[in-house]
Amino acid sequence: MRTKKKLIAWTLGSAAVIGAVGVLSARLSPALAAGGARPVAGPFTLADGVFYAVAALTVGGAAAVALSRNILYSALGLLASLLGVAGLYVFLSADFVAVAQVFIYIGGVLVLILFAVMLTNRIGEVNISNASLGWASGGLLAAVLLGLLLVVAFEIPWAVRPMAGTPTTAPIGHALLQQWLLPFELASLILLATLIGAIIIARKEIRAE
Amino acid sequence: MIPTLSHYLAVAAILFALGLFTVLTRRNAVAVLMGVELMLNASNVNLVAFNKFVVGGLTGQTFALFVVVLAAAEAAVGLAIVLSIFHTFKTIDVRAADLMRE
Repeated sequence: MRTKKKLIAWTLGSAAVIGAVGVLSARLSPALAAGGARPVAGPFTLADGVFYAVAALTVGGAAAVALSRNILYSALGLLASLLGVAGLYVFLSADFVAVAQVFIYIGGVLVLILFAVMLTNRIGEVNISNASLGWASGGLLAAVLLGLLLVVAFEIPWAVRPMAGTPTTAPIGHALLQQWLLPFELASLILLATLIGAIIIARKEIRAE
Repeated sequence: MIPTLSHYLAVAAILFALGLFTVLTRRNAVAVLMGVELMLNASNVNLVAFNKFVVGGLTGQTFALFVVVLAAAEAAVGLAIVLSIFHTFKTIDVRAADLMRE
């Protein structure tokens, strides 16, 4: 009974994956026929080396998050990955976003995650930290998605325009207080609601006995 | 060769796939949240890269900032919920949390 259910689930899942790949490749084929802009081979400079190092840091950290058996190592991998993403922002001449990434993600979210790990992980129980289920199906889905995204990334002829990097902090400040004032205020409202909600959810309820 | 748009998209794609894999295979709720953070970061890299190479201006970067803010809010509430689940069920296995009350 159980195996039959599993078989049906696998059949449906693979049919969905194959269908998605078929539909997407059919939609993509005109763009693919046009041919993507091949990266121009040039001398390998120091900046390229730094880029590949940062990209390796990002991907390696993410791989540690995904594959490590120990949740604490996963958190450290997340640290590496977030740092790498901040480095990518620097490469993309988005200085303010890079600094915000370091402040908010590494200074805030990661510390929060580490707190949650420490508070919820019982050291004595090893199996609670990480047994995983469905490696085959999860890996298949992730691999198919990765293949599709890579095809899109390298084969679509993106309309790339050469653009000079300029400092962004002051223009972003102006944009936030002029063009995006309403979303900005809404974000502050959401943060306030989050603050109150997180406190109410996480506190221990004190009951009158 | 100078890193082109495709390089950034490829890094973001790998990041997103690894995040999806984390969300799909982990049973630890905190690890699932880490996977969500990875996926949000991948989308952010895409936003900033397209902003730099294709669109220009600052719209993509501003949007990425809003995504960062909402990701922080999501992490705070998500981890509070995880703590609450831990208090209630004494475990953070996502399969165990199948009730909305004690």
